[in-house]
Amino acid sequence: MPEMIRKLALSALTALALTAGGAQAAGEGDTHIIDYAFPFEGPFGAYDRNQLQRGLQVYTEICAACHGLKHVAFRTLSDQGGPALPEDQVRAYAANFEVYDAEIEDFRPAAVTDHFPRSGLDNAPDLSLMAKSRAGFHGPYGLGINQLLHGMGGAEYIASILTTYTGEEREEAGTVLYGNEAFPGGYISMAPPLYDEAVTFADGSPNDAVSLAKDVSAFLMWTAEPKMMARKQVGLTAIVFLTVLSVLLYMTNKKLWMGVKREAKSRANAQ
Amino acid sequence: MSGIPHDHYEPKTGGEKWLHRRLPIVALLYDTIMLPTPKNLNWMWIWGIVLIFCLALQIVTGIVLVMHYTPHVDLAFASVEHIMRNVNGGHMLRYLHQNGAMLFFFAVYMHIFRNLYYGTYKTPREVTWIIGMLIYLLMMATAFMGYVLPWGQMSFWGATVITGLFGAIPGIGEALQTWLLGGPAVDNATLNRFFSLHYLLPFVIAALVVVHIWAFHTTGNSNPSGVEVRRTSKEEAQKDTVPFWPYYILKDFAALAMVLVVFFVLVGFMPNFLGHPDNYVEANPLVTPAHIVPEWYFLPFYAILRAFTNDVWIVQLVYFLSFGIIDAKFFGVLAMFGAIAVMALAPWLDTSSVRSGTYRPMFKWWFWLLVIDFFVLAWVGAMPAEGIYTWISLIASTYWFAYFLVILPLLGVIEKPLTPPATIEDDFLAKNSKNKGASATRATPAE
Repeated sequence: MPEMIRKLALSALTALALTAGGAQAAGEGDTHIIDYAFPFEGPFGAYDRNQLQRGLQVYTEICAACHGLKHVAFRTLSDQGGPALPEDQVRAYAANFEVYDAEIEDFRPAAVTDHFPRSGLDNAPDLSLMAKSRAGFHGPYGLGINQLLHGMGGAEYIASILTTYTGEEREEAGTVLYGNEAFPGGYISMAPPLYDEAVTFADGSPNDAVSLAKDVSAFLMWTAEPKMMARKQVGLTAIVFLTVLSVLLYMTNKKLWMGVKREAKSRANAQ
Repeated sequence: MSGIPHDHYEPKTGGEKWLHRRLPIVALLYDTIMLPTPKNLNWMWIWGIVLIFCLALQIVTGIVLVMHYTPHVDLAFASVEHIMRNVNGGHMLRYLHQNGAMLFFFAVYMHIFRNLYYGTYKTPREVTWIIGMLIYLLMMATAFMGYVLPWGQMSFWGATVITGLFGAIPGIGEALQTWLLGGPAVDNATLNRFFSLHYLLPFVIAALVVVHIWAFHTTGNSNPSGVEVRRTSKEEAQKDTVPFWPYYILKDFAALAMVLVVFFVLVGFMPNFLGHPDNYVEANPLVTPAHIVPEWYFLPFYAILRAFTNDVWIVQLVYFLSFGIIDAKFFGVLAMFGAIAVMALAPWLDTSSVRSGTYRPMFKWWFWLLVIDFFVLAWVGAMPAEGIYTWISLIASTYWFAYFLVILPLLGVIEKPLTPPATIEDDFLAKNSKNKGASATRATPAE
């Protein structure tokens, strides 16, 4: 048994060391990412339905002016484990958008089966997967093990971008760049999009700039990983059952070998 | 099948006899499952079952993923998102497949280093070892092509960099690279052929796995003592072995279940931990990522590839001697493939008369240094090729070659190995009476 524990510990160490390298290269740059707390972090963390709904509102009123969510279908807004909006609200929401229908060769109001529109501006990236395509942090020591508790930091990255404008401006080749502590290179071409009370929530939730940034970042985490809740449930179930199975199989194995070991010993004593 | 004397299958009923005369398949299965296996295998002999599980997992999840995936540059990325969002259980299938590749490589490295430590590649198991190396090479090719399929930024740029290696071959390089890619650059033709081969190669691997198992069922399993099973009589063979079923099947399943607990921590709670965030950005030939980093399982060999630059004297010497045909780039490619080739040649480079590292006092140190070297290479492989990292990677690469080409042959001559136990039975006994023996000696003073 101690032998096995040693081997397993060694295996774990191997895995850590091997991954350390790749991880370190991912979270590079001298940018500053604020470790905002989100309810979906950690093995038992879950999306906060109300936060996702607020984030959707921030996205709709502010981000959607330039950005798109081409991989996200409107119907998923009513998914459980997501914003879980009532279906009639989703239908009404989708109808606010126009999509081009090749069949009728004209624009029509979007149906729930349609996807969000693409980005309206060429240099505004699509936000569907933004929270997974940026890793805010990868600690400790670049090992990335704290992902288990904090996630990859994609949502934190987005929230940090939105809240760490320095107020500096710089003109480069005819474009104005805005100083930002979280963006690699220190300057970003997106003008500061959020300010206090930029959006008003019907339920009177806090709408200072930081709260808005966190809400929309949580929403974008959901657009990037809509099945997170289902995934964690599968993970937990699998771990519980496999742990029980491991113990049972280990004990069965021990029992099975007991006879072989006893026999060998008695043979040795007889010699 | 095996040279170890043991009971064989005897058809008893009329039906069994009827089938046995026409197709002795039950006998084949019986002899495979009941194979006499050394009693003294430790927990490092479990990676085979993990590897078989991984291959099965990859094939099953892969076949279902293919039902929903579209191999086209305009549609591939979106089709993966379709799998992640719309296909029932699709996100699990894909994360299992993605992380399954990681487990596969983790297990194969454990398996390879176990063999390097216990010297199991030595005669008569050279063919098993060589087939294993072929499987490992095919795994790398399969994983590399699979990584291209989601058509993210790392997919595209990784493919560009790695296929560029073939372009370094003098003379035919450029033509070869174009032939591999199906065009002047990584594009739709590349994606389609990689998809086709990514589907094909696992079945080639499966066939080689059968040959691998066939080979070591012929020679008998290796074991930690490095001593062979006695074959002089069935009685003696039985003292050294237990039948594979149920003794090792149960032990292997227990180990597999434990490994899978860790695997599901990864899949369930941090499925993108070992991936690269950039691969969630769709491939764009116009935007190069800041760092192009291969998947972690390629990093050690990627480090060796990059280690040999123009300013290294051996590179300059080879350049001079080859009249400029072997330049630094081609040298790096040769070094990378050479690093695996020297490992494959270990059976002939290791001159020691003793198999197991347990009985080789000097070898042990060099072996663990090789393990550390492997980690160091993996680490520098992920670092930018500049500053101190170029030196570290050069030293670490040199040690990799020195271990196989210099240290292994010399150690066999210099080293004075300990005497291994006479039989597997003795080894098994010594290990299992160790704890009892210790308590007995501790009890002695009181008597």
